[in-house]
Amino acid sequence: MKLTLRVWRQKNAGAPGAMSTYEVDGISQDMSFLEMLDTLNEELILEGDDPVAFDHDCREGICGACSLVINGDAHGPERTTTCQLHMRSFEDGDTIDIEPWRASAFPVVKDLVVDRSAFDRIIQAGGYISAPTGTAPDAHATPVPKPDADFAFEHAECIGCGACVAACPNGSAMLFTSAKVNHLNVLPQGAPERETRVLDMVGQMDSEGFGGCTLTGECATACPKGIPLPSISAMNKEWLRATRKVHR
Amino acid sequence: MTRTLWDSSVGKKTIMAVSGLIMLLYLVVHMVGNLKIFFGSDEFNGYAHWLRVMGEPFLHHEWALWIVRVVLVAAVVLHAVSAYQLSRRDLRARPSKYVHKKPRASYATNTMRYGGIIMALFIVWHILDLTTGTVHSGGFQSGHPYQNVIDTFSTWYGNVIYIVAMLAMGLHVQHGFWSAAQTLGAGRATRDRALKTLANVLALVLTVGFVSVPVAVMTGVVS
Repeated sequence: MKLTLRVWRQKNAGAPGAMSTYEVDGISQDMSFLEMLDTLNEELILEGDDPVAFDHDCREGICGACSLVINGDAHGPERTTTCQLHMRSFEDGDTIDIEPWRASAFPVVKDLVVDRSAFDRIIQAGGYISAPTGTAPDAHATPVPKPDADFAFEHAECIGCGACVAACPNGSAMLFTSAKVNHLNVLPQGAPERETRVLDMVGQMDSEGFGGCTLTGECATACPKGIPLPSISAMNKEWLRATRKVHR
Repeated sequence: MTRTLWDSSVGKKTIMAVSGLIMLLYLVVHMVGNLKIFFGSDEFNGYAHWLRVMGEPFLHHEWALWIVRVVLVAAVVLHAVSAYQLSRRDLRARPSKYVHKKPRASYATNTMRYGGIIMALFIVWHILDLTTGTVHSGGFQSGHPYQNVIDTFSTWYGNVIYIVAMLAMGLHVQHGFWSAAQTLGAGRATRDRALKTLANVLALVLTVGFVSVPVAVMTGVVS
């Protein structure tokens, strides 16, 4: 395959960026999207150019590091992470636009790499449980109803990649925050912090400068892990409940 | 608790949802009342008169009407101020656009802000036209709403303004009702289709109901 790539190049957080055009040849359709970028970078290095910086880690679709907007879609045309996207999803001779996540809470560090530590601070605000340390408790010590366990697992699938924020026209982190809140709030282990968790995490989300939710549904469409849109409604319900119970 | 609501993006959306639902309830009642025009001038004018004596003798003359007006003004102001502040936040959160643009979301979702502005301007014109009579075409007669409505819809601009505003209202209600349900925590995967259907039905019934009046005047069904 021969491809034309238009890639966002930006030297650092302060410098202005622009799209640069590159040609790559000899791409196999069995390559992953990141391997295709590796091929481009090898050529750039051989020519003495600066390679394109992009985030990647496990390349198995479970770590949430890769973060590219491909032809206007977060993680590209398939509903998976960028690392699990393969070149067979493209045609020979295609022009592909590659851009970083766009949100003021995710400033560009270099080229396609953005700073997602705002997500870490949302987790620090309440995405934990207070558990006594020591030997692991028996697996059946705390019974969890099956529907609750399923609900928790569905939300625990969130890998925190930030595709929801990238896809949202408001740069909102509601889907990420709702996945984390719902995952813990439905379980007995998360019950002691049920109210403070949702209030603190939503508060941190707001202060990081993420936008609000207008229910466009773009986030759930882009999510590689299939966190459903009604998660946001479930978190809103938790938030309203906590507002009635906790007086600050 | 009030402070928590107003300071949080989720809380402000809740205020928008509740004030929006109050206005939606009013729209349904208003539309049903409008349809009385098809039963002749006596019934329509009589209904308009009843709106002023509603609640008597427990309430003083026109008090019920004024209570409704105050609630509605409060709802409009809260809805608009929240929408403005949330929109500012949303635009700040996504200052740079993608180079590769894709058509996103539905038409109703994308036109919420414009639709809101169109309706706000419409309400001003609507009150000046048919409540105070300030910008009314022809002689405005207080207490004769049947004739006033026919006067308004006998002008081309009266029809255009009204129908454009009602189409904007229909689109706004279609996304707004479903959105309000999500904001108030009523959204479930199993309930999604029912809520969307209800939103579509509400939007359609309201639009058809309101637009039927100018159409009836234009076609001579009501004269």
